[in-house]
Amino acid sequence: MKGRVKRELDKRAPKLVETGKKTLILQGTKTSGTLNSVLSEIYNLKKGGAVRYTRKNDNIRPFESGGETSLEFFSLKTDCSIFVYSSHSKKRPNNLVIGRMYDHHVYDLIEVGVENFKSIESFSYDKKIAPRVGSKPFIAFIGEGFENVDELKHLKEVLLDLLRGEVVENINLAGLDRAYVCTAISSNKVYLTHCALRLKKSGTVVPRMELVEVGPSMDLVVRRHRLPNEGLRKEAMKTAKDQPKKKVKNVSSDAIQGTVGKIYIPDQKVGEMALPNKAKGVKRERREAKNKEANEHASKKQKEESE
Amino acid sequence: MFRYELVKECLQEGTKLVQVVADSLFNLPSTQDVDGPLVKLPPPTTKLPREKHLPKPKPPTKWEEFAKRKGIKKRKKDKVAWDEQNGTWKRRFGYDSVNDGKDIPIIEAKMTDEPGEDPFAKRQDDKKKRVEKQEKNRLQNLKQAAKLGALPSLLQPCSACCYGSAPPKKVTKDELGNVAGMAATSTASGGKFDRKLPGEKPAKKQGKHRKFLPVVEGTGIGSREKEQTENDKLISKHSHEILNLDKSYSHDVTMYNVKKKKIKKARNRKNQEGKSSSTSNKLKPKKQLHKKGAKKGPGSSKKGKAQ
Repeated sequence: MKGRVKRELDKRAPKLVETGKKTLILQGTKTSGTLNSVLSEIYNLKKGGAVRYTRKNDNIRPFESGGETSLEFFSLKTDCSIFVYSSHSKKRPNNLVIGRMYDHHVYDLIEVGVENFKSIESFSYDKKIAPRVGSKPFIAFIGEGFENVDELKHLKEVLLDLLRGEVVENINLAGLDRAYVCTAISSNKVYLTHCALRLKKSGTVVPRMELVEVGPSMDLVVRRHRLPNEGLRKEAMKTAKDQPKKKVKNVSSDAIQGTVGKIYIPDQKVGEMALPNKAKGVKRERREAKNKEANEHASKKQKEESE
Repeated sequence: MFRYELVKECLQEGTKLVQVVADSLFNLPSTQDVDGPLVKLPPPTTKLPREKHLPKPKPPTKWEEFAKRKGIKKRKKDKVAWDEQNGTWKRRFGYDSVNDGKDIPIIEAKMTDEPGEDPFAKRQDDKKKRVEKQEKNRLQNLKQAAKLGALPSLLQPCSACCYGSAPPKKVTKDELGNVAGMAATSTASGGKFDRKLPGEKPAKKQGKHRKFLPVVEGTGIGSREKEQTENDKLISKHSHEILNLDKSYSHDVTMYNVKKKKIKKARNRKNQEGKSSSTSNKLKPKKQLHKKGAKKGPGSSKKGKAQ
């Protein structure tokens, strides 16, 4: 059992490169028929990486300062970093709050109202092109609002995170079968729809794409949103590559020559070098010095003898 | 009708965008896979926030530091090794391993061996000691990593494997000793009939905690005085709350608080003499607070007694 526990904990440990967030889908005290279908269909879309809670949670109020503790606890328990919380009231009918977590604390929130919801059942299409569970989607955002309007920029980021699925490096081109199309109808309303892809033969390597709506589709009206504060945002946006690669000094790489290094040689002190080939003059000096020494020795001895 | 046209236009625009992405996608270099062509995706351009913080690099273990210093490199070893004695391939370590001592028939005696010592048992003991030492070293390494905050919070060594909690602070021996006693006295019969663990010391204050006032007011502080001192204690504890807003008395009140000690000493001295009042000006602030104390009187004195 120790091994299994350790493996589970390792899965939940922070990783250098992250592999997609799990989604927690839950509801508040009052809910409507529309919202129920919305939640179950979102759960179906994200089957592999989502957790659905079916009970009512009346102590969750995402936008209030104390009302997030339950959410953070659930996020910790299920290891989910995005949540979709639905609630229905007279003031905010068909309300969805989509929020993200950083280190299991609320990072940002966006509240949207669902209008003109059409469920999967209401679309008729050829079942053969139905998208398979877990396939990577194309996500398209149409409209200038997604560049200019703050709320829509935020919504775009959140929808990307929500609909993205697993983060992969390689992708199988035969498995591309779904697309989400998100159009900004007004400065606070977005039309989101889910389509299946039909790849038609064209003359080239690239097939011709055809989108067929399979549902669900809905209008999202942005009501409230809370952006993360600047410090937290910077912290969360840090990636592993940000740490600059340590620069090795005097090494550069060239396209033609490859890795090139520079070597610095200090100046030669010519006067102080030891000459390898002993010049004649040097030899003679040594010989004379030797003779002198020998003479001194001899004279000393003589002196001793005479004494 | 308008809605239908909107949807049609969205799909058209969406198709265009998806086609553009597909163009660049299908033109990437692909390798052949079982299900279809596999392409390696280029690195992402949109930055999305992480769900957990970046993992801190683990500090090197004591062995790793030593190996780095000495220049020892890891060598790849096989899982199985050839056992000469049995003539089979056995594991290098573990259950049925090469040199595990089960089939050593004879151990030659050395000069350093004591007579009467079982060498087979000695081998087993040595192995146990080695295993214990290794475990101790492993835990020390984990502690070191945890100290530097490099362990993911859920992988704390041993005790704190509950979700999200910090490792519990060290409980002293005395505290632990008191806990059982406190729990016992909170039962209806004051812990008299509780089953005791071996070695558990009896609680410091046995039986139910009850305080009885003396029947006759002897020497020392009488009951009224006791009530007064208890009130004073309560008031001084909550002085930051009570100290309010009646400005006409504020200078008196502050005087009381600042000169609290002196007044108490004076009062005590006076009480020992048998009188229950002090000089008039010192009495003023005391009187005012006494009023307030009286309001709280019955309630607070009960609190004081039922500790």
